Amino acid sequence: MLYFSVPLGKLVRRVSRLRGGGSALPGLVVEKIDPGFMQRTLSALPLGVAVVSGTNGKTTTTKMVVELLESQGLKVFTNRTGSNFTRGVAAALLGEVDWRGRLDADVAILELDEAHAVHFVNKVPPRYSLLLNVLRDQLDRFGEIDKTAELLQHIASKTTGTVVLNREDPRVARIAATLDGPDVLYFGLDDSLLSTFPNDDDMRAAPGSPVPDAPARPAADVVLRRVGVDDASFEFDGATVTTPMLLRGVYNIFNAAAALTLARAVSAARGTGTDQPGLVAALSKVAPAFGRGESLVVDGLPLELVLVKNPSGFRLGLKSFPAAGYATMIAINDNYADGRDMSWLWDVEFDTLRDGGVDQLTGSRAYDMALRLQYDDVAIGAVDTEIAPALAAFIRGGQGKPKRIFCTYTAMLAIRRELSKITTVEVVS
Amino acid sequence: MTPQSPETPHQPSFGHELPPEEPAAPSKGTIRVLQLYPRDMNIYGDWGNALVLAQRLRWHGYTPELLEYNVGDPFPADVDLIVGGGGQDSGQLVIQDDLLSRESTLKALADDGTPMLVICGLYQLFGKFFKTRLGSVIPGIGVLDVETHGTDERLIGNVTVSSPEFGSILGYENHSGQTTLGPGVEPLGTTAKGTGNNSADGQEGARYRNIVASYLHGSLLPKNPALADFLIRTAVERKYGSFTPGNPDDSYAVLAREHAARRPR
Repeated sequence: MLYFSVPLGKLVRRVSRLRGGGSALPGLVVEKIDPGFMQRTLSALPLGVAVVSGTNGKTTTTKMVVELLESQGLKVFTNRTGSNFTRGVAAALLGEVDWRGRLDADVAILELDEAHAVHFVNKVPPRYSLLLNVLRDQLDRFGEIDKTAELLQHIASKTTGTVVLNREDPRVARIAATLDGPDVLYFGLDDSLLSTFPNDDDMRAAPGSPVPDAPARPAADVVLRRVGVDDASFEFDGATVTTPMLLRGVYNIFNAAAALTLARAVSAARGTGTDQPGLVAALSKVAPAFGRGESLVVDGLPLELVLVKNPSGFRLGLKSFPAAGYATMIAINDNYADGRDMSWLWDVEFDTLRDGGVDQLTGSRAYDMALRLQYDDVAIGAVDTEIAPALAAFIRGGQGKPKRIFCTYTAMLAIRRELSKITTVEVVS
Repeated sequence: MTPQSPETPHQPSFGHELPPEEPAAPSKGTIRVLQLYPRDMNIYGDWGNALVLAQRLRWHGYTPELLEYNVGDPFPADVDLIVGGGGQDSGQLVIQDDLLSRESTLKALADDGTPMLVICGLYQLFGKFFKTRLGSVIPGIGVLDVETHGTDERLIGNVTVSSPEFGSILGYENHSGQTTLGPGVEPLGTTAKGTGNNSADGQEGARYRNIVASYLHGSLLPKNPALADFLIRTAVERKYGSFTPGNPDDSYAVLAREHAARRPR
């Protein structure tokens, strides 16, 4: 049976692609008939497996780590299609292995959703893990953020080599104290930037009130020292390097420090030295992943899609992308992948949109968003729960202006589908 | 503890601010709205309830004064309306002792008829006790004749409640504690969609004097202006004898309710 599982899985993958189906079915098939497939294939990689998890920024961070390691001449396997769960990994593996089930790669860098990562690491203990943050996200799935922190702790505890932690997120940094096996490395922020990145406790705390049991901050492997308009400064190995950045958004830039830390650790494990200038050059060229602050062109003017999926992400999005001069649309869906609970909109302040107002609202919960803006005294142009006509009206009405759309996950997918009819949208995978 | 006199207004903080006030007609009066434990008990956007009360007070022609009470603070005097939200288990542990130390103050305010809105975690702690899954008992302040038992089952999803006083109430629940009502309280309503207090009796929330207790986030008040205006009217009538409503534009609230009611559980 085992000998047929890979060819069969690959066949199912082809058929399901022809049908335009989801990416997980072939993974499911191979998982059923050959449960050891993923573990066997991944454990053969010379530099092992690295898992990237956390609430915000997994996709872009994973993309950065991959591109950084590729700059070092490594062959990297990754689950690029956003299938960030175990079957998605198995399905992505099927696409890459040869017909005998061998994977031609040095290392696997896998983006995994927190809950699914726990199952994955039980099957395949990773050599590295990178834990980004714990924020309020999709609470209807996990219940509580303390629970999410426990999920990340489990990933760390199963890691055999090095765990990379966000020094500035207390729930993540605290994980270090629970570990006795793996090495711990941190990525961190300059003191001057701390207030730009509220963690979940800071978002609640009164100014000047002490964060509960804030531990002394340990030394970080990579520290983000400064964020400029189109560049950033990182400190590592005792020196500060300033580099231009294509990435937008302060949270993406902080995750670049996370990616650098992991890439440096993986690269160092080769024992052949790291090409630091090459690493920094690769970092400067990383483009935003699928919908995470990406810029398209419509009618010769930029149209930016900003993915928002939790209060801190929305706050940072509003902070990172000033509204002045832009036409603004907000698209809020409440499908399962977005989270059904609209409460999170009330934890975001929209005062930065007050001057220019919001031109168009859409999505299944467009009127929840309208109500939220009304209570922040933000003027609203038009509301239409249907995304296609709302997008068309927004593009028509915003002629001559660059445009920005803040959107939840499934709203972003719908908007990209519509936009692909009128502009070239980056094809992922 | 900071040495503050009870009269010192506590500014709204933790990043949330009210929109700037617009010059308008002279105020019909000031209503002091106290948020209970916003630092530790404010999850799933329960700040929205405080914001809605403050803004609607303005729209009705009154001046809101938004106060905060956190662990260790002096308890502000002359409070007209109290609002409190849900919290993580860890947040509930942080406030527990402090809340018990305020039992007599809050009981006196409740029995005196002060309007209050308590959501989720504070609803539970306003009750007699919370018994965890493992059997340990967390005492509540007993303002409400309710008791809560922790379970392994998490009740999550959109909820529609049918209330004799307020019509249909829409919100979102996310809790594993199950609450049963004693004879000293009335339910807020019965659930038409969702679970509510517990998975047995189809009731949601509790009413006692001018207290509205509920499991519903959403935030609760934005899409339920009738509930918000009940709290406001009660606070104003107690302070000024009568309430002259303004004319808030609730057309977005009406549409948000229509669309929310059609969404899956």
